[in-house]
Amino acid sequence: MSEKTKYMTEPRESATFDRHTLAEIRRAADTGIYDIRGAGAKRKLPHFDDLLFLGASMSRYPLEGYREKCNTSVTLGTRFAKKPIHLDIPVTIAGMSFGALSAYAKEALGRGASAVGTSTTTGDGGMTSEERGQSTKLVYQYLPSRYGMNPDDLRKADAIEVVLGQGAKPGGGGMLLGQKITDRVAKMRTLPMGVDQRSACRHPDWTGPDDLEIKIKELREITDWQVPIYIKVGATRTYYDVKLAVKAGADVIVVDGMQGGTAATQDVFIEHVGIPTLAAIPQAVQALQEMGMHRKVQLIVSGGIRNGADVAKCMALGADAVAIGTAAMVALGDNDPKWEEEYQKLGSTAGSYDDWHEGRDPAGISTQDPELMKRFDPVEGGRRLANYLRVLTLEAQTLARACGKNDLRNLEPEDLVALTVESAAMARVPLAGTQWIPGANNW
Amino acid sequence: MTTNNLAEKSATENGVYDLAVQSVRELNQALHDQRHQLTCTEWKVLNPKGQHNIAVGVDKKLTIDIQGHAGYYCAGMNKEAEITVYGHAGQGVAENMMSGTVRVKGNASSSAGATAHGGLLIIEGDAGSRCGISMKGVDIVVKGSVGHMSCFMGQAGILAVCGDAGDALGDSLYEAHIYVKGSVKSLGADCIEKEMRPEHIEELTKLFERAGVTDQDPKHFKRYGSARQLYNFKVDNAAAY
Repeated sequence: MSEKTKYMTEPRESATFDRHTLAEIRRAADTGIYDIRGAGAKRKLPHFDDLLFLGASMSRYPLEGYREKCNTSVTLGTRFAKKPIHLDIPVTIAGMSFGALSAYAKEALGRGASAVGTSTTTGDGGMTSEERGQSTKLVYQYLPSRYGMNPDDLRKADAIEVVLGQGAKPGGGGMLLGQKITDRVAKMRTLPMGVDQRSACRHPDWTGPDDLEIKIKELREITDWQVPIYIKVGATRTYYDVKLAVKAGADVIVVDGMQGGTAATQDVFIEHVGIPTLAAIPQAVQALQEMGMHRKVQLIVSGGIRNGADVAKCMALGADAVAIGTAAMVALGDNDPKWEEEYQKLGSTAGSYDDWHEGRDPAGISTQDPELMKRFDPVEGGRRLANYLRVLTLEAQTLARACGKNDLRNLEPEDLVALTVESAAMARVPLAGTQWIPGANNW
Repeated sequence: MTTNNLAEKSATENGVYDLAVQSVRELNQALHDQRHQLTCTEWKVLNPKGQHNIAVGVDKKLTIDIQGHAGYYCAGMNKEAEITVYGHAGQGVAENMMSGTVRVKGNASSSAGATAHGGLLIIEGDAGSRCGISMKGVDIVVKGSVGHMSCFMGQAGILAVCGDAGDALGDSLYEAHIYVKGSVKSLGADCIEKEMRPEHIEELTKLFERAGVTDQDPKHFKRYGSARQLYNFKVDNAAAY
């Protein structure tokens, strides 16, 4: 070692200007355009991993695994609808559009969800026959763009979800770039082939909660008050949004945290707008409880749900059900390492691929390319999704029984503690080993 | 009291609903029931008094006369029916209409014909802002003027305005055709004036015939359409986004 290098330290990377930040500055300088991508927030956020269950011991009485029942079913839409939706498991499939996904992928979502008695959801672009045909319970999204929107499909739906926003981009509209606007997608959306579809961020015929109340009544009138009407919001001012949604007449409220995925939007939007799912749930539950509507207006939570523990934690915090999107795509086979070579060619790697908007998904799921679509078998995809949904349910049941609960909805905040101060404050449960809930009782 | 008695007798048979004594729910259910069993083709709605959601989701070739002012979303998602409002109409009249005809004898509030996929909407007075927003195939004739942001993101169909148009007409326009006889306060992003060729005169002439508009000469109208410069993102157009 030379005298010169003897006292040199390792080169120090900047925490502020880290490698990703530097690469993004260079990319912006090269292209002059912001980064567009799919999926949800990738930054590290307080999440369900920061919570733990307090299993039963002396002070609580556990249930016998595999032998004693633990109910997983839930009925949604009991407030006004003549025909509420009954789900066998409290895990639903979130809205993802035909256009963003292939028709085969949409079919697989329907197959998987139906096999385990839960619902799937349309998306921006209307209802396909494949999806309706394979989904025993289908929620029809009512979006600002109204692409493919028609009263016939509305009446075929088992529920209607009025979408005000999503967790990945609260305040933002849809986006489907031209390469995915094939002939069929274009016809369903009444667009020229190959144009970039930029959906409006707000609805065209109402502007606030008072208008929304009338709009919801219109939808109820058209469907003769048969089916539940959900309102979906991206998690931001969740406490107020939930109160207004109840006032507007929702049967069910869907709250989507910032980890919730999207088919495509600006990275800056995904990473910098909205709040974590964990922080949104207690706000929503508080709003419902104050109005005396908890469990009367059901709460569905989405955004970063990956396993049965996440499901159980959502329900312990007061949700009636959850919705999954990104995890469902992974279960179908998206980002599978078997396509690693092709992900590398696209400048990505299996597990990180998020350029779903480009339509070149090697797994054949988020694409309209006929050759890539052939790689995906909807029957096999549906089977994989059903397996995954069963595992989520079994895991959630395992945790609920350990807490002495014979129904997933009997889980409660008292069953949880937090590992970090941040998650304790957001989830409003005590820091493990203490009775401290930051923010509670003026602490 | 005469109308009340008439309504109470057999509203679904005589097609007269008096909203002073019957509910919008009862009216809409009766209209929807016509899909399955046709009992009457000509309907009259009395005393609407600005109530919302009148005659929404109709899916049958019926004639429905609304004898007064209607509130929000009147004739929403109409299919096949011929609906006339003998008064003014609130926000979102004929929103997402699929087919049929809706005529407003007075003025219409904002978002008239929003996202409508087909059919014909005639507004004999003025229309408010966002008339024809995201229209997807409907044809709209406004005998008066339209407010700002009309035909925003219009995808297909025709918007014909016999009066003036407000700010940002046709902003982010796709393939809807716009004709305006009077002044246009300003054009929205990617909307430009285009040449009025013979085929456009013919298109407008046929539209006026369908709409029963006899006092307008298509030759006096100007045509506006999409410049198609924002169809695919180009950084050079950043100022327009």
